[in-house]
Formats: sequence, structure tokens, C-alpha cells
Amino acid sequence: MSDRGTLRIQQISAHPGPVAGEGTQRQDKVCKLIDTTTCIGCKACEVACVEWNDMPFQTTYFDNTYQTMPDTDWNYWNLIKFNEDQHDDGSFAWLMRKHQCMHCEDPGCLRACPADGAIVQYSNGIVDFQQENCIGCQFCVSGCPFNIPKFNPNTKKVYKCTLCSDRVGAGLEPACIKACPTGCLHFGTKEDMKFMAENRATQLREVSGFQNAGVYDPDTIGGTHVIYVLHDATKPERYGNLPAKPRIPLSFTVWKDIFKPIGLFGAMLGFVGVVMHYVFEGPRREQPTPPVVRIDPPPPPAGKEN
Amino acid sequence: MATSANRFVHRTNVIDRLGRTVVYAGELLRHPVYTRFLHWMVGIFFFLALLSGFGIYLPWIFRFFTPLFGGGATTRFLHPWFGVGFVIFFGLQALNWLGVMRWTPADSRWMKHIKEYVTRSDSVEAPETGFFNAGQKMQFWEIVCGCIAYVITGVIMWFPEIFGRILVAISYVVHDMSALIMLFGIFFHVYLSTFGEPGTTQAMTRGTVSEAWAWTHHPAWYHEITGRDPQQALKQAEAEMAARERAND
Repeated sequence: MSDRGTLRIQQISAHPGPVAGEGTQRQDKVCKLIDTTTCIGCKACEVACVEWNDMPFQTTYFDNTYQTMPDTDWNYWNLIKFNEDQHDDGSFAWLMRKHQCMHCEDPGCLRACPADGAIVQYSNGIVDFQQENCIGCQFCVSGCPFNIPKFNPNTKKVYKCTLCSDRVGAGLEPACIKACPTGCLHFGTKEDMKFMAENRATQLREVSGFQNAGVYDPDTIGGTHVIYVLHDATKPERYGNLPAKPRIPLSFTVWKDIFKPIGLFGAMLGFVGVVMHYVFEGPRREQPTPPVVRIDPPPPPAGKEN
Repeated sequence: MATSANRFVHRTNVIDRLGRTVVYAGELLRHPVYTRFLHWMVGIFFFLALLSGFGIYLPWIFRFFTPLFGGGATTRFLHPWFGVGFVIFFGLQALNWLGVMRWTPADSRWMKHIKEYVTRSDSVEAPETGFFNAGQKMQFWEIVCGCIAYVITGVIMWFPEIFGRILVAISYVVHDMSALIMLFGIFFHVYLSTFGEPGTTQAMTRGTVSEAWAWTHHPAWYHEITGRDPQQALKQAEAEMAARERAND
């Protein structure tokens, strides 16, 4: 991984004109691989995330699981989801999944965002929030298929996992990767991680007896820069609401990109209409109006019509 | 000819007592102080909400609007409050005008002849046209519907954590569409009350209109408050004007 170029910007939310850095350099797409089959739920990655990003601790509460809290928060970007899952035959499995921003190739948050430069996608695939440009509208929350962006009511800004873009830009792996004791987390190029993930899935299917094992890299959003190896890739919902086919709402794609400009054009036709009415027809005056002195051009003489 | 639904019955309230409307000879009282106050409050909040909303609607075109309100975050903070102001004052205006905005058979007939209204600017309105014509009533009811849409979708987008992502995503589109329809309509409203029908603006500033304006644009209303026949009044005015022309020659 080259450090110099890793944080070149590829996409900017709500931005007019060209995007600085787009396509100026060959870039390796980065990727985090999470092998849920070797995760032991130790939460070292949760601690590492809070530590590295220097976030204030918040009260956690017990809800009859080993999960730290019910969901991620503006100051808690990385959460192991503990799911007690019963198979059809009555046997039991404990599915643990490290839940954080998926860094989508086609990010719903960036599509939804109306603030210029509040969300950027670097050419290495990392999707990052720039809080100084955030206007606090929370459209990104409704654009995200994974329920990741979280609002801080004090700062009125939205926060989420940065994939440690600061560390990656300096040639380091994200903090969670560094902390993982079992080696279930890997970081590298998308190509390499995909290769490793497929190998592991094959091993799970052929050696370990998980016939439905597979890789989660949903193509409905162009793939993600965080991918999972799952024991059962046919039902990702069992891993705590991981959508099988994540989608960006049409209001942030079809409506925002196509019909918004068309709609504005349509509304402006009202302006054109009234101006043209004044030019072609003129005002409706109080009657009676004073006698007309002349009309230019003169109307055609009577009898010559048709 | 005119129906009682077309009559604007105004009960003086505290706002009216704060101001006054001076009616000169040859003029009629059109809008009392309370109505005018509400109209301009609605107008101010409409344009504040419109301009702040533009910056959020299409930021890559209208990013120059957000600095007017103190930057993106402040614009986003203020926009819902502008909307609240707009809806409250328009709501009061709607209560004020509820009776006079009722749709009548005369309005349906007016709509059938809308082509002449647009293309025959040298004519007077049909004699049964009352305090408001059918076009004005349509715009009024459009804004009532728009305000209801604004409130429902606006509250959903204001508190997204309560309503969830899909409702927010739908509200976003409905809110935009309501704004586009209202923007389309506002051009007609501003045009017809200024350049399009000269003499109208003063109805919302000083509160009065000329008698000629009344028999031209709202003959049935003219008949109701003066008791005179608008067509007779027009003929008489034409005769007087002709006499003056002859005297000048």
C-alpha cells in the first residue's frame, strides 16, 4: 500500500465541478476482511477503536446479551453483535459479527448528503465524513442501508467509522485490525482480501462442513470495502440485520439525480410563462382603457383574412 | 348573481385596530389590516423557507444561498423554523378566508373559460366573478394541501430518529414536490398581482383598489358592496372617457 496517494479524493457529496485528485494516480482499493468464523467476541477491536479515535466513554448497559450496547453510537463506531441463532434442526449457534461502516463502493450516505464536501470517498475506497462541512440534516442516516451514521445532538454533526483513514494514509492498518488477537481481521487490497476470503469460504465448505459458507460483498451497492466471511452466506440477516441485498432508497438516486433538476426546470417554466404572457399578451388593465393611438404591426386589413 | 360564499365578512380584531386603511374617493376597501399583515408574514416566511430550502435542495446550484443564513448548518437549523412560521401564518390566513374561498358553480364556469382569461387581456371578467376568482381559489387550496404535506413530511425529516429511514426517504421526495408546485404557482401569483393586472398591488399594501379595478376583475364583488351594476358602471365610465376625449380634440 502506497501511503502518499491513499487519501486522494474520488467523490465529494453535493459538489459542483470537478473532483480534485480523481483518477490522477493509480490507486489500490483497500479492504477490511472480517472472518466471522474465527471471531471470539473479545471486543479488543471495540476498545482499540475508542482508544485510537480518542472518543469519550459512554455508559453501556446490559440487555441480556454479551453485546456492549444495543447499537453503535456517534462515539462508538465498532460493535461486536452477538446473535444467538437456532438452526432448523434445533441446534444452536452463536454468531458474532463485528459491526461498523461497510465503506460501500456506491455509498448511500454520500448520495443522500446535501452538504458540499461533508462526505468524501477517497480513491482507495474509504468513505469519510468531514464534520466541518456537515449541516446536521441526517439525510445520510436514511441513505445508509446498514444504519451506520450516528448523530451527536450536542455538536449537531454525524459521525461514523473512518476505516482509520488517518492511519491508512500513513501506511498503517486500522486500529481494530492491529488489536485483533485471533487473526480474524485482515487488511489489504480489495483484490487480496477477496482472494483470502474466497479461500477461507472454500475451506469452510469443503473441510469444516459449512455448506453455505461464503463471502459477503453485496453487489447491489457495487461491493463494499469491508467484507465478511460468513458460515451461512445465504442468510446474512441472522448476523444481526445484515441485509442480503442492501439498497439505497430511490429518493437519493432516481429522484435526487434525475427528477430534482427536471422538477426545478418545470417550476421555472412558470416564470417563463408569465414573462411570455406579458410580452405576447400584455397586462389586463382596468376597463375602460384609454383609446388606442396605434398598434404595431397594424392588423391585416379586413376581407384579406384567410 | 353573487352568492353569499363570495362575500368576505371581516370582523375587526386587535391587529386591525393597530393600523388603518384610508379609502379615497373612487376606491373600495379590499383587504383590511389583519389580512394584509398575515399576507406579508406569510410572504416573508415563504421566501425565507424557499431560499434556505434551495441550498439544501440542489446545493451544487444554489450553494450561494446558504451563506445568507449563516452557513450550511445554520441554514439547516433555521429552515424548519421558517416553515413553522409559514404554516402558522398561512393557517391563520386560511381561517380568515375559509368562507370566501368556498368553491361555487360560478367558479366551475370560470374554469371552463380560462382560455379567454389568459388570451383576452382587454376584457372584463364574467359578471358572476366574486371576491376571489376560481384561479385564486385553486392556488389557495393548493397551498392548503401543500402546507399539510409540508407539516407531515417536515416533522418526519426533523425527527428522523423517531420515524426511521424509509419514511424519511419518502418524505424527502414529497416535501420537494410540494415545494416545486408551490414555486411554480408563486410566479403566477406575483405576476398577476403586479405587472399582469396593474392596480392590484395596492390591495395588499394600502388595502384599497379603484372602483374600475373592482368592476373589471371582480364584478360580482363590486355589485355586492356598491349595489351598482358593474356593466352599467363600465358603460358610464366609457361614456365619460369618450366625452373627455371629444373635449380634448
